[in-house]
Amino acid sequence: MATYDAERIGSSPWLLTGPAMLVFVTLLAAPLVLTGMLSLNLFSDTKGVIPVYTFANYLEVFSDDYFHEIFLRTGGMALAVTLFCVLLGVPETLIIARMHSPWRSLFLLVVLGPLLISVVVRTLGWAILLGNNGLINQVLQALGITEFPIRMMFTQFGVVLVLTHVLVPFMVIAVWASLQKLDVQVEQAGLSLGASRMTTFRRVVLPQIMPGILSGSIIVFALAASAFATPAIIGGRRLKVVATAAYDEFLGSLNWPLGAAIAVLLLIANLVIVVGCSRLAERRFKHVFE
Amino acid sequence: MTFLTLDGIVKTYGDFTAIAGLDLSVEKGEFLSLLGPSGCGKTTTLQSIAGFVQPTAGRIVLDGRDITHVRPEKRGLGIVFQSYALFPHMTVAENVSFGLEMRGVPRSERVGRVQSALDMVRLHGLGARYPKALSGGQRQRVAIARALAIRPDLLLLDEPMSNLDAKLREDMHIELRAIQRDLGITTILVTHDQVEAMTMSDRIAVMHGGRIVQIGSPFETYERPQSPFASSFLGKTNAFAGAIHTRKPRCYEVKVDNLMFHVPHEGHQFDGNVNVYLRPEKIRLAEPTEARLRGTVRMRVFLGNLWLIGIESPLGPVNVTQPNFGAPPPMEGEEVGLTWLDDDLRLLEQEVAHGHV
Repeated sequence: MATYDAERIGSSPWLLTGPAMLVFVTLLAAPLVLTGMLSLNLFSDTKGVIPVYTFANYLEVFSDDYFHEIFLRTGGMALAVTLFCVLLGVPETLIIARMHSPWRSLFLLVVLGPLLISVVVRTLGWAILLGNNGLINQVLQALGITEFPIRMMFTQFGVVLVLTHVLVPFMVIAVWASLQKLDVQVEQAGLSLGASRMTTFRRVVLPQIMPGILSGSIIVFALAASAFATPAIIGGRRLKVVATAAYDEFLGSLNWPLGAAIAVLLLIANLVIVVGCSRLAERRFKHVFE
Repeated sequence: MTFLTLDGIVKTYGDFTAIAGLDLSVEKGEFLSLLGPSGCGKTTTLQSIAGFVQPTAGRIVLDGRDITHVRPEKRGLGIVFQSYALFPHMTVAENVSFGLEMRGVPRSERVGRVQSALDMVRLHGLGARYPKALSGGQRQRVAIARALAIRPDLLLLDEPMSNLDAKLREDMHIELRAIQRDLGITTILVTHDQVEAMTMSDRIAVMHGGRIVQIGSPFETYERPQSPFASSFLGKTNAFAGAIHTRKPRCYEVKVDNLMFHVPHEGHQFDGNVNVYLRPEKIRLAEPTEARLRGTVRMRVFLGNLWLIGIESPLGPVNVTQPNFGAPPPMEGEEVGLTWLDDDLRLLEQEVAHGHV
C-alpha cells in the first residue's frame, strides 16, 4: 500500500483538520467537561447549586434502588432492542441484498425511511398506533381477537417496539456493508463441497458477516441506551430510563448536579460496553479480517 | 467411455441467449478446455454442470446419472473458482477439511486426507495459516487441494489462473496437468487463455456465441481451424482475402491480388470468395530473389525467444515470427522476401467478421 512521506506533508493535516477540531472542542468537549464538573457540585432546594466538589451525587445514584431500577431497565431495554434488531435486520438485509435491480433500492429506501423522518413526528405516529383507542387496538377489537384494548402505550414493550423500528436501519447498514465484501463464489464453494444451503449459511456466510452484525449491535445498543425522545413519549413520565431520568432531574427537580451525575454515568456505562464489545470483536476476528 | 454428456443445453436470460444448443461428451480421465472470449457462454456452461445455473433446456448426464435437476450440493463435483473463494475465517486445513466434514468423513481420517491433499499441492506445513497470510499462488493451491480432497468424480476449473502473474501461471499449468494425470480425474477447464488451454488439455472446445464451433486436440485445433473465428482466436494468423481461381485434383489455386496461392485440398468444397490463412511462424524470411512475396520491414519486436516482424507487402501487412536463432532479422525499412510451404496454407470461406481477425 502506498504511504505518504511525512516530510513532504508537513503541517497540512493539522491545518486541514483544524476548523473541525475547533468546532469539536468548543461544542462537544467543553460541555462534557462542564457537565463533569457540575456533577461534582451539590444542590439544595433553598440555595440551588452549591459550588463544592464531592462525589455525593454519585454515591446517591449508586446507593438508591430507584436509580438501580432505572439503569437496569435501560440496559435491559437496550439489550432487547439490540436482539430484535439482529433478528429482524440481518434476515432483512440478506433478502434485500438478493433482490434485483429496481426492488433492491426501493426496499433499501423503505428500510432507511424512518431515519428521514423527525424523531418526534415518527414517535407520535407510533403513539397514535399504539394507544388504547389506537389503530392496532381498534383492529384487534373489531376482529374480536381481544375484548378490551391491550395496553401498549407507557409499557416497556411499546418502547422496545418503537426503538427497534427506529434503530433497525443502523443494523441493516452495518450488515449491508459486510455483505458487500462477501464473495458470491464463497457461497457456491460451500455448496460445491456438499454443504446444504443452511449449513453454508451457518458455517460460511454468517461468520463472514459477523463483524457487521457486531458493529451494528454496538451502534444500536449505544443509541437505544441513550435514547430520549422515544422513551419520553412512548414510555411516558413514569417508565423512566436513564436519559429521561437525567432530563427530569434537570428540568423537573432542578437538581442539575444530580442530573449531570446520571448523564455522566450513562456515558461511562455506554463507553465501557461499546469499547469492550468492539475490542472483543476485534480480537476475535483479528486474524481473519484486516 | 463417455463420462459426462451435455445434451442440447440451452440457457436464455430473457432475450439473451447464453448457451445456444450445446452438445458435448467428455471421456473419463479426460482434460477438456472450454475456450472462448468473454460472453461466449463458457462460464454459463460450467455453471450449468456445477448446478449453479439451471439450463433452460437440455440434459446433463454424469456417469450414467441424469443430474440436470440435482442440487449443486448433491453433485459431488470439485470446483476451483476464479476468485479461489476460500473461506477467510477458516485456516488452510479447515478449508480443505470442510468438504470432508460435510461428507461425514470421521475426524481421524480427515486429518490424514487434508495432509495428503496439502502435500499434493506442495503446501506442506501451511495448514494452520489463514488464507489472508498466503500469496496468490498459495491461495490457488489451497483452492485446488480443497476441491480435490473430496475425491470428486469431476473437477471444474473456472479460469483458475487469471489472478496469477505470468511466470507463476506457466508453472501452475504444468503442475496442475501433472496432478490431473496422476489422479486420472476428469477435468473441465474454462479459460480465455489459448496458451493455458493448449498446455493442459487433451481436447479443446472452442466456443463462440453460445456454441462449440470446433473441438479437437490442441494440435489439430490449432493446425486445422474450421472457422475464421477459431483460426484467429487460437493463436495469431495472417488472412488474405481472395477468390478460387481453379480447382485442381490436389489443391485449389486461389488468386489474391495478382499472387496465386496453391492451397492443399482437404475435402471441403469451396467456391467464390475465400480467405487464405497462413500463421506467422510458418513464414520464412528469404532472399528477395527466391521469395514468393516481397515486402518492407515495418517493425521488428524482440520477444526474447522470438522475433515478431511486421512486413508491408503488396497483399497488405504480414506478420512473421522467427525464432531467436542466428543473426537478428533485417532492420526496419529493409526489403525482404517471404516464403512458405503450400501445406501450411489453410482455406476458409469468408464470413461476416467477428472482430477478431
